[in-house]
Amino acid sequence: MELKIDALTHSYDDLAVLDDINLDIRAGEILCLVGPSGCGKSTLLRLIGGLERPTTGRVIQIGEPPEDSLNPLTFIFQDFALLPWRTVHGNVSLPLESHLHDVPRREAVIADVLERTRLSEFRDAYPRQISGGMKQRVAIARALAVRPAILLMDEPLSALDAQTRELLMEDLVDLWQRERFTAVYVTHNLEEAVRLGHRIAVLSRRPGRIRKILDVPDDLENRDILKPGLASIRADLWQQLHDEAREADRQLTR
Amino acid sequence: MDAPTDHDRPLREVAFRGGGFRHQPIRALSIGTFLALLFIWETGSRTGFISNLVLPAPSEVGTAFYDLWKSGNLWDHLSASLARLGAGWVLGTILGIATGFAIGLFSVMRASLAPLVAAIFPIPKIALLPLFIIWFGIGEGSKVGLILFGTFFPTVIATYGGIDNVDRTLIRMGQSFGLNRWEIARKILFPGALPAILSGMRITAAIGIILIVAAELIAAEKGIGAFIQMAGSLFATDQLVAGVLVLSVLGLAVNALIGLAEKHLLRWRA
Repeated sequence: MELKIDALTHSYDDLAVLDDINLDIRAGEILCLVGPSGCGKSTLLRLIGGLERPTTGRVIQIGEPPEDSLNPLTFIFQDFALLPWRTVHGNVSLPLESHLHDVPRREAVIADVLERTRLSEFRDAYPRQISGGMKQRVAIARALAVRPAILLMDEPLSALDAQTRELLMEDLVDLWQRERFTAVYVTHNLEEAVRLGHRIAVLSRRPGRIRKILDVPDDLENRDILKPGLASIRADLWQQLHDEAREADRQLTR
Repeated sequence: MDAPTDHDRPLREVAFRGGGFRHQPIRALSIGTFLALLFIWETGSRTGFISNLVLPAPSEVGTAFYDLWKSGNLWDHLSASLARLGAGWVLGTILGIATGFAIGLFSVMRASLAPLVAAIFPIPKIALLPLFIIWFGIGEGSKVGLILFGTFFPTVIATYGGIDNVDRTLIRMGQSFGLNRWEIARKILFPGALPAILSGMRITAAIGIILIVAAELIAAEKGIGAFIQMAGSLFATDQLVAGVLVLSVLGLAVNALIGLAEKHLLRWRA
């Protein structure tokens, strides 16, 4: 399953947020969306995931999701969005409860996904008892449990400290190696984009337009941010963003 | 130039200036204050400094309470009050949570009911007792109705306030995983609003106790309120204070029960 964003424009009342977005989301690749804060990249993600309705234009699904996919478009949120009154197990179980009514099968899926994210021993912990990195891992486990066709990741590492972010980036690379998932990855962090993106779309300040789409040629597993190739892509990205970010900083919010 | 050494400059430890503003539990003092007050009261009464007519001695109150207990009247009165309180409070709470949910979930309900609730909430419900007697009769109906009415409105307000305060990203998360409206209400909104609902229960339990006694003072043969009223009209101040004591203990017990429920239901909170 792939997605095509076709001439999408969005505004809140009379505030234009996104302007004429055209974008393809290809199977098996991670597409990063970067842009200055307030450029509408998170809004774009919500529009892609059907949580908001675009003012004009469409998000088109090409092909059918795999048979076993319980929730084809699955979000991972910046602030994890875990239910504080449910344990790790309960949080992963939540979306399965409405799709998988057969309890032994459900438990098997949960056990498997906790194993894959190395969370099995924390199964009975409440969110308040675990670290931020662990919380995001639970959210990733919850997302994997419903077998998404496309992951929609909204600044998934932005609420974490630098070291945890580094660890989780490694985890995501590993995960992609194993599962070859498709993802739209929104971030304001250029390093994340360069490390995790197969393609990087740069958005302008509000109203967000696509300024440029960069290809990152290297394989995910041997990306070294310090190597000249990636460093120059990062420099190029910053070149694109610098003035936009400066201007965006001076914009009033609504 | 030589680096300065410790020898030629004064040494002083940095003074501590943090601390304070944090409460330490001093259990002995809590109990001590209570006992000291009882002691002063008792001595005052024995020496005649406090007239018996004004305030009975604690020992007399104790005796009155013992008599009340021994004669079986305590249970008679208490059970009558508890039955009214229980029925009214449970019904008011259930209806209140249901209405609060309706207001929290549906714009139509909010627009039509929320202003109404805000308008009726501040009315002292005891002023409506004569109306309730006309509507529901002089018997149990009017008293249960009064408590139901008195606990309903604060519960509604606590419930929809709790729902409004549930983190919106959790709702969006539920939607993003394809949960339907009912599942979101049951699995996300209800547990999220539960802390607010439980603290609402603390308040409505106290309101219930105040209302039941007020209603029994006016029209009842049995009940703690009726007992206090009877004692008052006979100027049996020792019995009166004993009755009030029962109310205080009742309030404490209900509070402790809700505390236990919170501890169990909200164990996910820090």
